[in-house]
Amino acid sequence: MSTEPLPPYLAAEQTVLSRLLAIAAGLLVLLLAAFTVFPFVWMLLTSLRTQQEIFSNPGNLIPASFNLDAYVKIWSELPFARLFVNSIVFAGGATLISLLFDSLAAYALSRLDFPGRTLAFYIVLATLMVPYQITLIPVFQTVFDFHWLNTYQGLIVPRATSAFGIFLLRQFFVTVPRDLDAAARLDGAGEFRIYWSIMLPLARPALATLAVFHFMYNWNDFLWPLVITSSADMRTLPAGLTLFSGQFVVEHAVLMAGATISLTPLALAFFFAQRYFVQGIATTGIK
Amino acid sequence: MIVATIERPQRRWAHSRSGPLFLLPSALIIATFVLYPIAQSLWMSLHDWSMFQVTHPFVGLANYAELIRDRRFWNALLNTIVFTVATVPVQVIVGLLLAIALSRSRWWAVFLRSVYFFPVISSFATMAIVWRFLLSADVGPTASWLRALGITPLDWLHSTVWALPAIIMVGLWKNIGFTMVILLAALQDVPESLTEAAVLDGATRWQRFIHVTIPSIRHALLFTSVIAVIASLQVFDQVYVMTRGGPLFHTETLVTYMYEQGFTEYRSGYAAAIAWVLFVLIMLVSIVQLRLFRYADVD
Repeated sequence: MSTEPLPPYLAAEQTVLSRLLAIAAGLLVLLLAAFTVFPFVWMLLTSLRTQQEIFSNPGNLIPASFNLDAYVKIWSELPFARLFVNSIVFAGGATLISLLFDSLAAYALSRLDFPGRTLAFYIVLATLMVPYQITLIPVFQTVFDFHWLNTYQGLIVPRATSAFGIFLLRQFFVTVPRDLDAAARLDGAGEFRIYWSIMLPLARPALATLAVFHFMYNWNDFLWPLVITSSADMRTLPAGLTLFSGQFVVEHAVLMAGATISLTPLALAFFFAQRYFVQGIATTGIK
Repeated sequence: MIVATIERPQRRWAHSRSGPLFLLPSALIIATFVLYPIAQSLWMSLHDWSMFQVTHPFVGLANYAELIRDRRFWNALLNTIVFTVATVPVQVIVGLLLAIALSRSRWWAVFLRSVYFFPVISSFATMAIVWRFLLSADVGPTASWLRALGITPLDWLHSTVWALPAIIMVGLWKNIGFTMVILLAALQDVPESLTEAAVLDGATRWQRFIHVTIPSIRHALLFTSVIAVIASLQVFDQVYVMTRGGPLFHTETLVTYMYEQGFTEYRSGYAAAIAWVLFVLIMLVSIVQLRLFRYADVD
């Protein structure tokens, strides 16, 4: 492992001991990295095994033969297509609607004057600190009273805005020079036009970060779909796979194939747009 | 500028009319699904409230009194605290060490950062299925390797001693990358001139770490600690998937117990009381956080 040339004022410290320490630390970092990827590698390799091989030779890392049976079987052994569609509708729907509502609210809080604006902003800040687990019981009751259990609206509507999204976009909108919308206003543009054709295009990087965040958060969420849906055909991927993983009818390879497929969209997105993932994660604390 | 000043009264009027309209969708949702439920949660906790019953008799503080006598609740609280106390220091310290080790912009550092960050973007419930498999004593690879070495493998997830440590390890596996990323960003803002000055003053590497690096990133350190505490207090996914709180309640946490009371026993009032205890706990942590931030700013 080659090291970067150090600034001259540090070069004097490059003794043999510090070199050895650096090598030891490097090995440790590599070892820990291997531990970190291992579950993913194992998941992928196991999805290519036969059930017989999994039981007879569980410690074998490389499958005896690569067979894709599990990726064929999964669509018939589980209502997997349905789980996948549910995840797309829930995560995609919640993301799109939330981007719209978050940005509308953020525009009002950063650009418009009206009584109660400061109070509204403080309420948004305060709700940032309230995890949804706290309100889960009464929210379930409300969704039940609306007859929304086991429906897409039950999953999506409570997730159709977020204090975090409003806060993030508001912080961005505040930095946009006021001259831009003042000029448009003098030209007679209405508030919605300014929001739609001036602010939103400028906010594209912030919106992309937020979109990635919302999609990942909802795609991966477990407790919420577990509570709001009970029938197998309304479950999302994490909740559905967990449900089926407890049953003996499901082969291990099929389950691992399901886990691999459900990870693929985010893994691909991460591969191509890592920046937005890191930004989305780094600006929040809420997973 | 002058034009803008003259136009101002009219502008104000237009603004005050459209502002609430822009805010309306989010306001409705937040009011219905965040603000009202906070109050309703407290209200429910004061009643013998069952999801599918028509009447909910008022019982005052009876649910909270029951919590105090409920050994299963204390057990869940204790497990949650053990989980938090074991998780947070390791997550922050290892996250910091990784951030320091990988702060260079060489290709291998960039690659390893992605590796460590990858669990953060994966679904915890789904990966917990994989982990349950990895740790399984009959079909798991780790057990098979131990057997090959002549060691009788441990059935981690069915052991009253080792199930909670296994849950903790999987939690660390998932979240260390998060801490690392935040601290990496903070390390980038440490002014080079400070390090340089410390070297000129004859400070050793360790002294520079303690007196330059740590104070420069103290906000990020506090932030990641508090986030880790709050997330740990809500631990649910891996417990539900890997052990369901077992064996014999040894991994039951506040949120899994709340889930069970609320959604399998349908005791909403009691579950709401558990949620409020958790809420108070998280609020206390947040307040301590704010205090610490202020303290860190003064010094």
